[in-house]
Amino acid sequence: MKVLRDSWLVFERYVGITVRNPAWVVSGLVQPLLYLTLFAPLLKSVASTPGFPAGGAFNVFVPGLVIQLGLFGAAFVGFSLISELRLGVVERLRVTPVSRLALLLGRALRDVVNLLVGSVLLILLSIPFGLIVHPVGLLVVLGLQTLIGMLFASLSYALALWLKSEDSFAPLLTTATLPLVLLSGVLLPLSLAPDWLRSIAAANPLAYAVDASRAVFNDHLSDPSVIKGVAIMAVLAAAAVVTAARTYARAVA
Amino acid sequence: METSGMIETRGLRRTFKARQGPIEAVAGIDLRVETGAIFGFLGPNGAGKTTTLRMLSTLLPPSGGEATVAGCDLLKRPQHVRERIGYVGQQGGSDNTVRGRTELVFQGRLYGMSAGDARRRADELITMLELDACADRPSGSYSGGQRRRLDIALGLVHRPRLVFLDEPTGGLDPQGRARLWDEIRRLREDGMTVFLTTHYLEEADALCDRLAIIDHGRIVAEGTPDQLKRQIAGDVVRLGVAGSPREALELLAGQPFVREASAEDGMLRLAVDHGEAAMPAILRLLDGAGLRLETISLSRPSLDDVFLHKTGRSLREPAA
Repeated sequence: MKVLRDSWLVFERYVGITVRNPAWVVSGLVQPLLYLTLFAPLLKSVASTPGFPAGGAFNVFVPGLVIQLGLFGAAFVGFSLISELRLGVVERLRVTPVSRLALLLGRALRDVVNLLVGSVLLILLSIPFGLIVHPVGLLVVLGLQTLIGMLFASLSYALALWLKSEDSFAPLLTTATLPLVLLSGVLLPLSLAPDWLRSIAAANPLAYAVDASRAVFNDHLSDPSVIKGVAIMAVLAAAAVVTAARTYARAVA
Repeated sequence: METSGMIETRGLRRTFKARQGPIEAVAGIDLRVETGAIFGFLGPNGAGKTTTLRMLSTLLPPSGGEATVAGCDLLKRPQHVRERIGYVGQQGGSDNTVRGRTELVFQGRLYGMSAGDARRRADELITMLELDACADRPSGSYSGGQRRRLDIALGLVHRPRLVFLDEPTGGLDPQGRARLWDEIRRLREDGMTVFLTTHYLEEADALCDRLAIIDHGRIVAEGTPDQLKRQIAGDVVRLGVAGSPREALELLAGQPFVREASAEDGMLRLAVDHGEAAMPAILRLLDGAGLRLETISLSRPSLDDVFLHKTGRSLREPAA
């Protein structure tokens, strides 16, 4: 099928570019490792606070950290597209008969692979600290991470193509990602939050992804929050891919 | 289809939304580009050249009008148009970190070639455009000329019958420009139709079989370079007089052999029928009026004169 063939070609190209200039990948990996070493130790004592979920500090914190890696690892990918727009790469690719969907899908897939590598690394490194993970759970979390990556990479590309300028893209990203993280319960579980904060967080789709991730890591695969989180991410990811592919198909510098 | 040219447009328009209201970048153009010609689109920056090129190459949907490109309806079958045309944008579009050869192979694959075919075609183009020395280095390390030749190679990967070149020699030194002209002429020899934009008069004059002059989104003149020059008929006499040129302008503008007279930068510019006969007459007239002549020159009309004649502005004004 043409879309698959073309997506693979585009994916290959961007993997090549990433391998030659892995700065973004490295910075994406360093962040969660810093959280793991510099922030996680603080949780040991917080874990005994009333209201803190059961399962041990690491099994509460790392699942959230994985989701945060998904957000930050994907949200910034749009920067590369802005410079490609300026260099004429977008036009050059668009004028070929390549599948329009593949142009977006191929590069978003590269971003997802980056994310998955980082996520696996993060999870493996957390095991010595006391994280408990089961193979099936790991697969479910990586599947969830794939959807999160698709969602935020696509959004990032669409926004980058609308704004066309790093100067407006950067502040928008920072403004948008911070409340998403704060209201997702990544740093501290929302079970500790007052009611008003929790009701705002209910409108944050990322909070459901964090819930799903925590349930998986705590071995509650059949918990309704898992299917809920996956379903919400899947619907949003599909919508974001379609929107971004359409935006890409019309983009001119 | 048998009588149709490589490109035909009718009333092709494009408006952009802006805060001050809609801006008409291309205000309805009718064009016909014959197969096998080098067709030039000449105009200042912002005249609508790139917008037209983007419409014809499917990058930008027209706001109105219709067009046939390489035998296909632009609006109904953009995918067929894409398969048949090559497009080399102003910025080229290769990634600084990617080797030229890799870009060419990837481009071939995007046009549906197998990996082997794409590699062989890349080799051919590297030889043809003399990129052997740099093909295996990242394109960020290329000279301006090498970069531009790679850009053009990328537009030729699938052997299109029609290739669009947006400002192909922009930013090149005279040597690099002359070399690229030769490459472009070779494309015509190979039977290709070339549609290029330029704001260099020399380029339009030296390279193009036919020209359209575009200004403010409208075609103001169209024809071969010679036809266009003949349209404004006659020669141009430029002269400088001591003091204010106003008096001399008034004196000369009224003469029967002067078709047009204007003053720019303290110099007078006269369009006359026969320059050789007009010059002595001008000298006598100025002498008789007690005006001292400082410089005088005679030139055959250039495309800049055509442009000035058609738009009231010179193309040589520094680009904003």
